[in-house]
Amino acid sequence: MKRVLAKLISVCLTLLMVLPMLAGCGSSSEEIIIGSIGPLTGGAATYGNSVKNGMQIAVDEINAAGGINGVKLKLEFMDDENDASKAKTAFENLMDKGMDVLVGCVTSVPSVAINDLVLEEGILQITPSASQKEAAQNPNSFRLCFTDPLQGTTMAEYAYNTLGYRKAAVVYNQDDSYSTGILETFRARFTELGGTVVVEAPFSNTTEDFSAHVTKIQDTDADYVLLPFYNDMAAKFLTAASAKSLALPLIGSDGMDGILNYLQGEDAKLAEGLIYLTPFIASDPDEKVQQFVATYTERHGDAPDQFAADGYDCVYVIKAAMEKAGVTSNDIDNEALVAAMHEITVDGLTGSVSFDENGEPLKGAKFAKIEDGKYVAVQG
Amino acid sequence: MKTRLQRLLPLAGAALLYGVILLLMATKVLPRSYQQMLPTICTYIIMAVSLNLVVGFLGDLSLGHAAFYAVGAYVGGMILRYLTAIPFGVRVIVAIAAAAAVAFVIGGAFLYFVRKLHGDYLAIVTLAFGEFVRSIVKIIPGTGGSAGLTDIPTIAAGAFPIKYIKAFSWSYVIMVISIFLIVNLIRSRHGRAIMAVRDNSIAAASVGINVSRCRIVTFAIAALFAGIAGVLYAANTAAVNPADFDYNVSIEVLVMVVLGGMGNIGGSIIATIILVALPKVLLDAAQYRLLIYAIALIAMMMLNANPRFTAFKRRVSEKTSKFVKSLGRGRD
Repeated sequence: MKRVLAKLISVCLTLLMVLPMLAGCGSSSEEIIIGSIGPLTGGAATYGNSVKNGMQIAVDEINAAGGINGVKLKLEFMDDENDASKAKTAFENLMDKGMDVLVGCVTSVPSVAINDLVLEEGILQITPSASQKEAAQNPNSFRLCFTDPLQGTTMAEYAYNTLGYRKAAVVYNQDDSYSTGILETFRARFTELGGTVVVEAPFSNTTEDFSAHVTKIQDTDADYVLLPFYNDMAAKFLTAASAKSLALPLIGSDGMDGILNYLQGEDAKLAEGLIYLTPFIASDPDEKVQQFVATYTERHGDAPDQFAADGYDCVYVIKAAMEKAGVTSNDIDNEALVAAMHEITVDGLTGSVSFDENGEPLKGAKFAKIEDGKYVAVQG
Repeated sequence: MKTRLQRLLPLAGAALLYGVILLLMATKVLPRSYQQMLPTICTYIIMAVSLNLVVGFLGDLSLGHAAFYAVGAYVGGMILRYLTAIPFGVRVIVAIAAAAAVAFVIGGAFLYFVRKLHGDYLAIVTLAFGEFVRSIVKIIPGTGGSAGLTDIPTIAAGAFPIKYIKAFSWSYVIMVISIFLIVNLIRSRHGRAIMAVRDNSIAAASVGINVSRCRIVTFAIAALFAGIAGVLYAANTAAVNPADFDYNVSIEVLVMVVLGGMGNIGGSIIATIILVALPKVLLDAAQYRLLIYAIALIAMMMLNANPRFTAFKRRVSEKTSKFVKSLGRGRD
């Protein structure tokens, strides 16, 4: 009896090892496989899930309309938990599944980690939302979102030229390369234009109380405050700013998107009048945007954020490039496809986008404002 | 007594296994995702076996093994990254030697300062030490701060499958050497001293073992091998980030040791292979992955504690050792 049990266990274990291998070998379908990698679990899970949902909507739309030159698309999304080594495993898994193009990674650190693996394979890579500069440095890698440095420059120009501010106070997260990256280019561009940065107040990942930062700003003659950091910290800053009745205008970077999730009910007033840079605003009256918002809300119950829009746009960018390169099967000429990326212009949810010689997006910035507890597009 | 041939048999087995895996890799029978996983398994085996030295053989609980892993990864990573004048192959060996030395000194120095602590108290201090190392690397110049150290020249260079064959070869050879050294240490006089300290430190002291020194040296040796594993990690992934070494890593390795059986080297190796491979095998189960992983972990722990399974394991190991002995006798 025991011997039978032992044999059974060993057979089961062998099957466990062998079956996934077989599963990995049988990918000879006619579809074009769009692979994508992002965090579906863990701290950054909302980003990955948004991108995945956005991409799925685009893939379904394209397939319903007959695919790309008659070839259907298939989305394979792998979880990386925002972890570099898991992203590599996910990448190899996608290669086993016969991935043709890669949308990803969603976040910066995993994106940088797999860059060279993708370069060796030569397939087209486009990241929807990894904003660190190094995330799209290879000839075959492209980026849909703004880089951190570009955000700094854009926000300096907007504050100086459009809003007419001359003296900036900056609060930034010294532990986060996203925050310091924006600060550096902002400072350079704003001073170049003729403005001055009167105070720079750093904080760290563990900061809970921002009263000292607010006092520091109130001691200067700043026109406005720049907040280049993520929404969770921004909520804490706004609480302190309101307690100390800071009366200056506030401008945030794209990490500010979703701030109202942290400020429920009465607290929403704290963010009133806050302006931030964003590629996508769900309340934008544009017809395409509204159609996307309606489909997304119907499927997932809540309104899409910029990550969903980025994912959606990435799929349409790939479609445009494939049509330009004359792709008619899943046997793709990668060089021609990469070359086509430089020739296309796609009118997407996050604006009209084309790509420069470094694979960086050429597109205008949008600014959103919080009015009556809602995100509203700023015109002009 | 064992003959010299019998002692070398495991090494011959390791060489045979290497040959078989290499063949599977070169012929691409093993899918890419599995090939990519092999160097990671080797790295974690070194981690688990070296932690077993502390937890299983010395009897001290450490929750900060990732600290020495981080030290090795950063020392090794920075040597690989900055000392570009040395040819690459030599540089890897230099990096391993340097990282091992630094981790050894830090591990020893750490236990020297907290040598009065035992049990839960030591566990908490090691936990804090892990977080301490992770924070301090952020402010050392040249480590890349919180963005991490990137562009480390990698042992996994070239086209598929060459890159994974290279990475696996480096990792496997270093792993086999590490295990060989640790097993020999345990079988030596020093190894018996270590286990004597675990079983009864007062009795050990009474027969002339310097208990403090024994603990410090054992901890330093375990740190040394964790440092070597760190270099392999850095050379494999080409990028290290402070976030890669948080306490979860220490806990993960501890789970491998506990699952494999404390004081059981072979068990650590098998448990490591299962625990590293499992999340990968489950990757297709998407959102149920973490759930299945947790359930599998609980099931394995319970199975391991089951007396019938223990008896079964003993029978298998007896048969194997009988077979190995007959093999050795036959050739003698």
